[in-house]
Amino acid sequence: MTKSVMTRAGLFTRAAPQQLSRSAGGGRIDRSKPVSFTFDGCSYRGYEGDTLASALLANNVHLVGRSFKYHRPRGILAAGSEEPNALVRVGRGARAEPNLRATQVELHEGLYAESQNRFPSLKFDVGAINSALQSFFPAGFYYKTFMWPASMWMTYEHVIRHAAGLGRVADEHDDPDRYERIHAHCDVLVAGGGVAGLMAALQAARSGARVILADEQNEFGGWLLGEADVTIDGDTPAGWIAGVVAELAAIDDVTLLPRTTVFGYMDHNYLTLTERVTDHMASPPAHLPRQRLWKVRATQTILAQGAHERPLVFSGNDLPGVMLAGAVRTYINRYGVVPGNRTVVFTNNDDAYRTALALDSAGAHVLVVDLRRDLRGELVKSVRAAGIEVLSGHAVTIASGTQHLARVQIAPVNEGGSTVLDDPFHMDCDLLAMSGGLSPAVHLHSQARGKLGWDDRLLCFKPTTVHEASFNAGAGNGVFDTEKAIADGLKAGGAAAKAAGLTVSDTEAPAIEAPNQSWRPLAAWKIGNGYGPGQGPKAFVDFQNDVTASDVGLAAREGYQSVEHLKRYTTLGMATDQGKTSNINGLAILADALGREIPEVGTTTFRMPYTPASIGAIAGRDIGTLFDPTRLTRMDEWHRANGATFEHVGQWMRAWYYPKDGETMQDAVNREVLAARTTAGILDASTLGKIDIRGPDAAEFLNRLYTNSWLKLGIGKCRYGLMLKDDGMVMDDGVTTRLGENHFHMTTTTGGAAGVLDWMEEWLQTEWPDLKVYLTSVTEEWSVATLSGPNAAKILQAAGIDISLDTADFPFMSMREAHIAGLPVRVFRISFTGELSYEINIRARHGLALWTHLMAAGEAFGLTPYGTEAMHVLRAEKGFIIVGQETDGSVTPQDLGMDWIVSKVKPDFIGKRALERASMAMEDRKQLVGLRTRDRRRVIPEGAHAVLDPNEEMPMTMLGQVTSSYYSPNIGGSIAMAMLKGGRALMGGTVYLPMLDGDVIEAEVVEPMFFDPKGERING
Amino acid sequence: MLLITCPHCGPRDESEFSCGGEAHIARPLAENNLTDAEFADYLFLRDNPKGLFLERWRHAAGCRRWFNMARDTVTHEIVEIYPMGSGPASQAGKAAHAASWRRDTAAEAAAKPAPKARAKKEQVS
Ligand SMILES: [Zn+2]
Repeated sequence: MTKSVMTRAGLFTRAAPQQLSRSAGGGRIDRSKPVSFTFDGCSYRGYEGDTLASALLANNVHLVGRSFKYHRPRGILAAGSEEPNALVRVGRGARAEPNLRATQVELHEGLYAESQNRFPSLKFDVGAINSALQSFFPAGFYYKTFMWPASMWMTYEHVIRHAAGLGRVADEHDDPDRYERIHAHCDVLVAGGGVAGLMAALQAARSGARVILADEQNEFGGWLLGEADVTIDGDTPAGWIAGVVAELAAIDDVTLLPRTTVFGYMDHNYLTLTERVTDHMASPPAHLPRQRLWKVRATQTILAQGAHERPLVFSGNDLPGVMLAGAVRTYINRYGVVPGNRTVVFTNNDDAYRTALALDSAGAHVLVVDLRRDLRGELVKSVRAAGIEVLSGHAVTIASGTQHLARVQIAPVNEGGSTVLDDPFHMDCDLLAMSGGLSPAVHLHSQARGKLGWDDRLLCFKPTTVHEASFNAGAGNGVFDTEKAIADGLKAGGAAAKAAGLTVSDTEAPAIEAPNQSWRPLAAWKIGNGYGPGQGPKAFVDFQNDVTASDVGLAAREGYQSVEHLKRYTTLGMATDQGKTSNINGLAILADALGREIPEVGTTTFRMPYTPASIGAIAGRDIGTLFDPTRLTRMDEWHRANGATFEHVGQWMRAWYYPKDGETMQDAVNREVLAARTTAGILDASTLGKIDIRGPDAAEFLNRLYTNSWLKLGIGKCRYGLMLKDDGMVMDDGVTTRLGENHFHMTTTTGGAAGVLDWMEEWLQTEWPDLKVYLTSVTEEWSVATLSGPNAAKILQAAGIDISLDTADFPFMSMREAHIAGLPVRVFRISFTGELSYEINIRARHGLALWTHLMAAGEAFGLTPYGTEAMHVLRAEKGFIIVGQETDGSVTPQDLGMDWIVSKVKPDFIGKRALERASMAMEDRKQLVGLRTRDRRRVIPEGAHAVLDPNEEMPMTMLGQVTSSYYSPNIGGSIAMAMLKGGRALMGGTVYLPMLDGDVIEAEVVEPMFFDPKGERING
Repeated sequence: MLLITCPHCGPRDESEFSCGGEAHIARPLAENNLTDAEFADYLFLRDNPKGLFLERWRHAAGCRRWFNMARDTVTHEIVEIYPMGSGPASQAGKAAHAASWRRDTAAEAAAKPAPKARAKKEQVS
């Protein structure tokens, strides 16, 4: 780095501030390992073990983003993957990744993060004007405003899309990182490594199960890592966790996956996991992928995902400085961060009292505001004993501040919290820890179609019955108490092991000491603020999608009574967090507005992914050249050395044309096409599908498969065949040769080879299992060089072929085995050009040798290599169709004018009955014709539509489309084939082809045969 | 992602298989005197029941063999897998076979093999 750059960088990078909110000691951070990172251009310090969120809070940075719709200032709400506000963009350049939750981003040296959804800066944001105009952005705003007039939608859409994006993808598009996919099987997959998950995994592993334990965090333990008031078997939570993890790690059949999110649960216990392998490393080793996608098939699954704490819905509850109470406790105990000094704990349940005690211990001033009137229990006593003031029957009615919480308004309220009973008072504060009760994380259970039931006591939905082979355990099962959750995990681990056919280990649950608390919250869903209904500062339900309590009420009043309609109308729960913190509050407020019970209203559908999964991990290594195989012929090397250009034909790379110095494509193709009819051309036809057919019923099988007759084909004879689907439509064509009494060699189109083989197998296995026929794909077994043109026989002779090529000895449509340069070959006298032509098949490995030998032998005879483009022109000159070009799955042999190939005597073949349907005889079916442009130099674009009257008002009456169109140097003009309605009746007439630019091409309808109509050139 | 037990290879992921649609559609021969509408029953109409469905599947990325499968389209439970040319053995499978509207079509009647051959070929009763 040059000195000047360093100076410039210094302008934008202030000296790292002190971590003012860091506690003096404690937590699971490594204070001996300081780490520098950058957020929105400022440098900060944190420690190893921090998340970006905990490190920002340690530096007193609460404002971390702007909200989606109103651009309101938002802070860190939670401490886990449920975080709705703190979405950040991490990394730079091609490695930048948007919408990561700061609560899940592990801190490492040099971490670079930016806030999102703000312009030009986080503290001064122009989009926040939306907030000032908030009365113009009610629920259903887009539906109401932008649907009319329809012609303006394009304009609106442009504006909306610009405004609506959440996050910004990487500036450069080529992701430099590597991702992997891994498939795994296990007896028991445990999703979630908190107390219940750890205990379940331990019990299953001790019972001999192959266990995979996955947890989204960097270390196992879950909520327990944030608790300081629990002991397990006399040990600290961390000590007990370390012991369990060590025991699991020592068992070979246990796979421990930290930093791994189980994000999808599909049928038959198939689960998808994303493992973040190196995201937490400052300089990842080269051998590791960035992320790994695990696809796990589990015999049994244990879901121990834990629970999410709910916010309370009151005015101003989205201000930075308003956090979930459990998260505050986690920041204090796990990360050694005290996010405020003058604090208010606002709750409807006992659990937040533990946060009050933690804040008090950390030296903060605490006031507890409890919605409940009758306060009992040990935790309340402990809090009061600590000298903390507790207000019962009160609520925080309004929180206020500009970019951070500055004061709260507190008032006595009624039983449900919805009505302010008396004058409020105000208090200055810088942190509000709120708790609205817990909601089990039932996402995976629901993805797997497990059923939920409403728990009237715990005020949450929890799993009732499972659909897959799975068990729920711990807080995710509605068992919030640590002691009971461990027991629940133990039970689930044993049950899963038993269901997997194992003998359950005799394990006892550890002894727990934890605060004795009630887990029952008070039902208080929408806190009153002293204003009229829908008035006063906004109270948010869904923080990420900016859905307020009034929006839910408005939707209900406007008739959106189904929760699925409410969701779409207000976008409640439709953000990237899928409403982890908002769903239950939204449902409860809707139920209240509708005067119904919550279980009557029901939940919306949970869908994968649980948290966003990166597309890179899903794609894995299947990108770039590894996305799809590229198939090369054995002569590919020669084509490349001789300057061929290539085209993709299915997976194959085929030589397209061979331009010489200064030649345009048209020049090269003209030269190749002329040579094939004046001297000789050679084509690499190795890609043609080839199927070896054997068995005593092989001829009978072909007779049923093709439209023409095959029983009497002589050995060594070739025949062209057309294959139909049972609906009478052409599906493939090719030449099949009888090699022996019970042995045939079939060729198919290049693109159709695999499909034709499957098709034949299907009929043999499902309809005619009595036929003894065996099919083998031999496409790759043979290299094929096609010699075509007047000099073809002379070249073969010069190449030293050891058989007579006289037409009498080797007639058209027959096959001879021979040798060229001592190598055995099969030579087929078939022709796709109308010229004297030989398809020489040789064992694949000799393909290049054959090709170079023929090129050498042909030099004196003007042998010219031609590619697929010339092949197309040559066959079009003869009116030969290409299946998939002239046909599109709605074309019969009759439509192609190929009645001659449809047997009138065979009792049945695939498609026969369908061809007899009345609709097949309709005169306005599209039929194959040739087109001859009046202006002979004018080549019609393929796909052009033909009309009879070019002056007709639009939309014109379409006759059909041009399927093939070329310049033919042999004709000296343009040639085309088209599928036109009633085409044969139009023969000799004129059609018009209107072009996009208003120009009209005029063409005569002719027979689709432009060259050598009598076929006189076939014998050279 | 279903877990399908190929009768030849064992349990494999659904992604290795391809579904061939409704099973037990007898193919009428061209010489059967079916009206176009009756023939269309065979050619175009496929059942799509809510509940147990008898389907044809192929182990496309494995042994390439076809087999029949009785799958519940709601729960995705695979009730049974049985060979081509035979009928379902389970009670539920037999009931689903008998309940299909197709059993009463002219196309089906025309395509049915003679009673003797049928007894040998199909085990549905
Ligand atoms: Zn198989």
